[in-house]
Amino acid sequence: MKKSKVFWGYAIIALVLYAVVQTLISFGMVNTHYQNMLITMCINVMLAVSLHLVIGVTGQFSIGHAGFLAVGAYISAICTMKLGMPFSMAILAGAVVAMLAGLLVGIPSLRLRGDYLAIATLGFAEIIRIVFLNIDYVGGAAGMQVTHQSTWTYAFVGTAITILIISNFTNSRHGRACIAIREDEIAADAMGINTTYYKVAAFAVGSFFAGVAGAIYAHNFYIIQPTAFGFLKSFDILILVVLGGLGSLSGAVLAAIFLTFVSTYLQAFPETRMIIYSLVLILVMLYRPTGLLGTKEITDLFKFRKKGGTKV
Amino acid sequence: MSTLLKVDSLGIQFGGLKAVQNVNMYMENGELIGLIGPNGAGKTTTFNMLTGVYAPTEGTITFAGKQIQGLDPYKVTRGGISRTFQNIRLFKELSVLDNVKVANHSLANHNILSSIFRLPKHFSGEAKMEEESLAFLKIFGLDVYKDELSKNLPYGMQRRLEIARALAAGPKLLLLDEPAAGMNPQETKELMDLIAFIRKEFDLTILLIEHDMNLVMGICERIYVLDHGQLIAEGTPAEIRSNPKVIEAYLGEEVAD
Ligand SMILES: Nc1ncnc2c1ncn2[C@@H]1O[C@H](COP(=O)(O)OP(=O)(O)OP(=O)(O)O)[C@@H](O)[C@H]1O
Ligand SMILES: [Mg+2]
Repeated sequence: MKKSKVFWGYAIIALVLYAVVQTLISFGMVNTHYQNMLITMCINVMLAVSLHLVIGVTGQFSIGHAGFLAVGAYISAICTMKLGMPFSMAILAGAVVAMLAGLLVGIPSLRLRGDYLAIATLGFAEIIRIVFLNIDYVGGAAGMQVTHQSTWTYAFVGTAITILIISNFTNSRHGRACIAIREDEIAADAMGINTTYYKVAAFAVGSFFAGVAGAIYAHNFYIIQPTAFGFLKSFDILILVVLGGLGSLSGAVLAAIFLTFVSTYLQAFPETRMIIYSLVLILVMLYRPTGLLGTKEITDLFKFRKKGGTKV
Repeated sequence: MSTLLKVDSLGIQFGGLKAVQNVNMYMENGELIGLIGPNGAGKTTTFNMLTGVYAPTEGTITFAGKQIQGLDPYKVTRGGISRTFQNIRLFKELSVLDNVKVANHSLANHNILSSIFRLPKHFSGEAKMEEESLAFLKIFGLDVYKDELSKNLPYGMQRRLEIARALAAGPKLLLLDEPAAGMNPQETKELMDLIAFIRKEFDLTILLIEHDMNLVMGICERIYVLDHGQLIAEGTPAEIRSNPKVIEAYLGEEVAD
């Protein structure tokens, strides 16, 4: 009962947020620059939340998320530009292929741990990028022309679905299995959890939504180029998760929103942007090594009184 | 009675070190057996082989008629063997209730799709897990702590939670690795009563590693003694107490200490 009330609460907030922005856009009160920022914000939230599932929830230090972003971007662009499919179908296709890529990468590499996994995923992401770089069908290094089809509606709905599904996954026996793996893989295994299965599942779901983000990204900028999906992009996404607090979905969302603002305002000074990014990271590591929210969710902040009451 | 577990010439080698060799043991359904031995004798290593954490380099383990040596731990657990850890391995950032739910995981059957789309099966499945897990917490007097993070529990309660969690995996054979370590006599006594209770209640067969000789002698039907990776004695508490090899192994340890 209570839980479904909370759900409807969020649903109403989301709907109002969407409607307000959409109304402002329809009345021409949000110029293209800010529309772009809003869509980029949604893309970053999707990327952050999907990587949060892999790193924050399941504890698998994968740092090649840009690879799956690239798969979603290129596959969806092929679908709309070469095959003439509708945008919504193209998003789904991009996501599904990104998920398959996630399975392909995840099945061999998730047997590795810690640093080795990080290096393997980073390597795979580079391979994916270099494959696109060398396929003339998608324009090679020059990139691929893509029509602008991403709108606030697509971006917002994609983000809402990403958050809803990943939060539903996390708050179920499947999510608990993933958290158990993060906490103590040997104990999780000994309690009957098929650890490989859940690591791969989390990775696949994370890749799927990185693919959705990729599709919306590709159709927002008129052109996609392999250089946009290098390891710096993977690093950008990683920062969102670390800054938000490993293990906190709302932390990842807040960090994505915050850093989109920061980088939009610093767009004119790309060097400064990297310096500020690095400074932010260093400061977080020094003063808040668990990230902004740690493993807490923003909703926990409102629960203090209740918790005090049940303590024995 | 029928044989639940049979171990034949089990052994494992780490590099050049033969940590355990030529161990033969059996357990009848419903027995409570002790496994004792000085520090470094190979008791925990034996548990690790029984539960699939280590693949033995020699010998076989037959459980409920099937050979299980070298199987993945989660498969062994689903087959009916679960364990506690000597150095507590709770899921620290999960609540007490969620720790038990994780072990209850493989007894539920709502799939990933039902959970991400919140289908009716998800809700009924989760409700059942909640109910069953709470029942296990109640048995161990842990229900009052259900929403606490497990890392915040007092030490003795963490040991209890380890057992509650192992029980929630639905074992036929329960392996307890020094469950009373670090507890005071009062806590130890309560724990042993609890173990006797769950043994009856859940029809368990139990293999218990414990350092406290008096305790083991008091509750176990039979005892195996390991020293330097080899079984040096087996028998009833009375037989073990008067076995010269056992006395020597333990005296040796005291001198070494
Ligand atoms: N993974 C491993 N690699 C190498 N040696 C190991 C490994 N695991 C255990 N050993 C060795 O095997 C021997 C037996 O260790 P084990 O932990 O089984 O002893 P124990 O009987 O449980 O002792 P204690 O009473 O101290 O818990 C020790 O010499 C230990 O160092
Ligand atoms: Mg031991």
